[in-house]
Amino acid sequence: MKIRRLGIPAIALAAAGALVLSGCASGDTPAEGDKASIITTNGSEPQNPIIPTNTTETGGGKIATSIFAGLVSYTATGETENEVAKSIESDDAQNWTVTLNEGWEFTNGEAVTADSFVDAWTYGAMFSNAQGASYFFDDIAGFNGEADAELTGLKVVDDTTFTVELASPEADWPLRLGYTAFMPLPSAAYDDMEAFGENPIGNGPYMLDGEGAWEHEVGIDLVTNPDYDGVRKPANGGLTIVFYASQDAAYADVQGGNLDVLDAVPDAAFESYESDFPDRFINQPAAIFQGFNMPYYLEHWSGEEGKLRRAAISMSIDRKEITDVIFQGTRTPATDFTSPVIDGYSDSLKGAEVLEYNPEEAKAKWAEAEAIAPYTGTFDLSYNSDGGHAAWVDAVTNSIKNTLGIEAIGKPYPTFAAALEDRESDALTGGTRAGWQGDYPSLYNFLAPLYQTGAGSNYEDYASPEFDALLKEGASASSVEDATAKYQEAQELLLVDLPTIPLWYSNVTGVWSDKVENVVYGWDSVPLYTDITKGE
Amino acid sequence: MIWYTGKRLLQMIPVFFGATLLIYFMVFSLPGDPIAALYGDRPPAPGVIEQIRAQYNLDKPFIVQYLIYIGNFFQGDLGTTYSGRPVGDVMAQAFPITARLALLALAIEAFFGILVGLVAGLRKGKLFDTSALVVSLLLISVPTFVIGFVLQYVFAVKLGWARTTVSSEAPFSELLLPALVLASVSFAYIVRLTRASVSDNLNADFVRTATAKGLSRRRVVGVHVLRNSLVPVVTFLGVDLGSLMVGAIVTEGIFNINGVGGTIYKAIKLGEGPTVVSFIAVMVVIFVLANLLVDLLYAALDPRIRYAK
Repeated sequence: MKIRRLGIPAIALAAAGALVLSGCASGDTPAEGDKASIITTNGSEPQNPIIPTNTTETGGGKIATSIFAGLVSYTATGETENEVAKSIESDDAQNWTVTLNEGWEFTNGEAVTADSFVDAWTYGAMFSNAQGASYFFDDIAGFNGEADAELTGLKVVDDTTFTVELASPEADWPLRLGYTAFMPLPSAAYDDMEAFGENPIGNGPYMLDGEGAWEHEVGIDLVTNPDYDGVRKPANGGLTIVFYASQDAAYADVQGGNLDVLDAVPDAAFESYESDFPDRFINQPAAIFQGFNMPYYLEHWSGEEGKLRRAAISMSIDRKEITDVIFQGTRTPATDFTSPVIDGYSDSLKGAEVLEYNPEEAKAKWAEAEAIAPYTGTFDLSYNSDGGHAAWVDAVTNSIKNTLGIEAIGKPYPTFAAALEDRESDALTGGTRAGWQGDYPSLYNFLAPLYQTGAGSNYEDYASPEFDALLKEGASASSVEDATAKYQEAQELLLVDLPTIPLWYSNVTGVWSDKVENVVYGWDSVPLYTDITKGE
Repeated sequence: MIWYTGKRLLQMIPVFFGATLLIYFMVFSLPGDPIAALYGDRPPAPGVIEQIRAQYNLDKPFIVQYLIYIGNFFQGDLGTTYSGRPVGDVMAQAFPITARLALLALAIEAFFGILVGLVAGLRKGKLFDTSALVVSLLLISVPTFVIGFVLQYVFAVKLGWARTTVSSEAPFSELLLPALVLASVSFAYIVRLTRASVSDNLNADFVRTATAKGLSRRRVVGVHVLRNSLVPVVTFLGVDLGSLMVGAIVTEGIFNINGVGGTIYKAIKLGEGPTVVSFIAVMVVIFVLANLLVDLLYAALDPRIRYAK
C-alpha cells in the first residue's frame, strides 16, 4: 500500500505532469512491476530528523540503516562485513587505518570520500551540536564532552584513506562501525542539518522516494538506490515503513493483507501468532537483556550481606516458569549479562548456577544474611507502568515472596521519566527494572555502559576495581578471542556481585504475509529487508 | 439573540486563559525530566540534555515558560514538539481526520439512534422496543475496544469488506468502520433517551390537544412529539461531539488513525507542554461553541425557550 501526504494533490499533480513530460523520452521510470515488489513493514515515527549521529532509537534507526551505508554492515548473525570500507587495520588496536572502496556515491551524485566520514563524525562529536549519539566518539583522541573541541584523532590521508587514533587500545573497535552514528554524510548536509534530516541523502541500498517521502506520524516511502553496489543489494523494489501507535493494529494489518512484514508481535497475540501464521513466524532470542538492579546505597544490599541477599533473591525466581506462563515462551531465561546473539555469549560461566531456581539454596543464603543483620520491611521492585511490565513484576515478586517468605511487591511509577528521576537522584526504595538493547554486537557494549564505575547507565552505583580492570584488559586485548575471555571473566565477577539480577533475554517475535519470501531477522531484531523478495 | 451569542463568545476569553494556564501547569508538574526520558536506558554525553532543555525553555521557571508560550501563541507560533516539528503542523494533520471521524460517528449515532428510539417509544412494550432495549444495554456494557477488535476482525480480517486500518488519505469509506465503533455506545444512549422522552411526550397535554384538533397521526408524531423530544437528545449530542473529538484514543489505536486523542496522549506521556496546551485550547473552543450551538437549538426546538438580552 502506497502512502501519500494528506494535502498534497498539488505536488502529486506536478509530479504526474513531470512524468507525462518526460515519459516519452526516458525509459527509466519505474515499471508497474516494481511497485508491486515494494515491501511494507511496521515502524514508528522517528524521534528526531534522520541525522545518523542523533538517531538513537529504533524508529529512526530502521530508516537510517536502510538509507545509509557505513564502513561495515552486519550479517544476520551479527558478524561484520565490509561495506564502504575496503579494509580497517591496526597493529596496536589503538591506531587504525581505514581504506575505502572507490566508486561509492551519495544519491545526489557526490562521491563518498574519507572526508564524508571524518566530517560526519566530527559533527556528531561536537559538544554544541548536542547529538544524542555523541558518546560513541568519546574514545577517539581529542573528544571533549563538555566543550567544543576537535577530534584530533581523525586524520584524512587521501580521498580513500583516513586514520583514527583512539585514546586507548580497543581490539573490537571496528565492531561498532556498522552502528548508525558512524554513517557518512554528504557535504550538502551541513548547510541546514535539520532540513537535511527531513529529506536525508544517503548512500545505502534504499533512498527516499522523492521530497516529502517521509510523512510524519504516518510512514516513509523508500525505493531502491539504483547506484548502490554493496553487500546489501536489495532483492525487492523498495521499502515502505508504516508507523503504528499500537502493535495490535500492525498485527491486524498483516492478517488483513495490508502489511508484509512485522517485527513485533503484540502481547495479545502471543498465544495465537504461531497458529495464525504457520511457517511464517519467528521467535528467537534478540540482543535485549532484561533484569532488575538493586541499588548499593540501600541498607542490607551492599557488602557481604548484600551479596548473600542478591544471590538469594536471584535463586528464588523461577525464570523458566515466568517466561513460559507470562510471556508464552517469547523470552529466554538469562544465563549471563549479554545475549545469545552476541559472539562470546556463554551459558556455562563459572557461578551461573546463581541464575537457576533453587529455593533451598535461596533460603540458606537469606538465612546467612539474616545472621549478619536482620531484614525488616517490604522488598519492592519499581517499574514504569506505561510499559506493560506489571504482569512479570508481580510474578517475580510473588516468586520471591513464596520462596523467602518476605513481603515483596511491585512499585509502579506512572512514566519512564518519573522512574528515571528517582534512579538518577538515588531515591529508590528497592529494586528497579533495567533493560539494555545492544547498539552493536559486542560483549563490551553490554558491560561497560552499565557496570563500569561511574558509567552513564550505572545509576545504582556499582563499583568494582577488579571488574573495571578486566574490562580494560579486554578492551586492549590484541585479539577478539582474548578480549572475549576477559569479558567472560568480568561477567563471572558480576555473577558473584550481582549488581543487576539477570532475568531473561527478549526474543524477537515476528510474522509475515504469504506475499513475501526469504524473511530473516537480524541480530538487532530488525528483518534484513534487502533480502526479502515479493512477487506474484 | 445576537446579544446572547456575543456574551457567550466573550466568555471564551477567560475560559481560554484559565484552561491553558491550568493545563500548562499540570504538564509542567509531571514528575521526571522529559528530555532525559527521551533517551531511555542510554543517557547521552553530559551536556547534551542541558542544551536541549535550554532549547525548549525547560530550564526556566513555570510562569516564564507559560508567558513565552502565550506570547508566541498570539504571534501564531504554537511551539515545537520534542522531535522539532511545529505544533501547528501536527494540529493541521490531526484535527481534520479526527473531525471527519467524529462527525461521521455523530451522524450515524444521531440518525439511527433517534430513529430506533422513536419507533421504540411509539411501540412501547412490543417486541421491537424490547429488542432495542436489550441491544442498547449490550452496547453500553461491552467496552469499546472489544467492539473495535471484534468488528475489525470480522469485517476486515475475515470477510475483507473493509481495510483493517485507515490509510493516510482516510476516505469516508475507510472511516466507516471506526466511526461505527465510536458511535456504538452513544447510539445506545440516544436510543434510550429518545425512547423515554417520546413515551413521556405521547401523554403530554399538547399532544392530546393536537390529536383532538384532528391532526393526522403522522403530523402529531413528526412535529409535536419528535420535536419536543429532541431537547435532551440535542444536549447529549453537543457534549458528545467534544468527547468524540478527544475520547477516540482507543478507536484510533485499533485502526491506526493518527488523530487528536492519540496525539494528546503521546504528548502527555512525553511531557510536551506546548503540544498538549495547544490541542486542549482548540478543544476548549470546540466545547464552548458546541455548547452554544446546543443552547441556540433549544430555542428552535422548544417555542417556550427564548433568549432575552
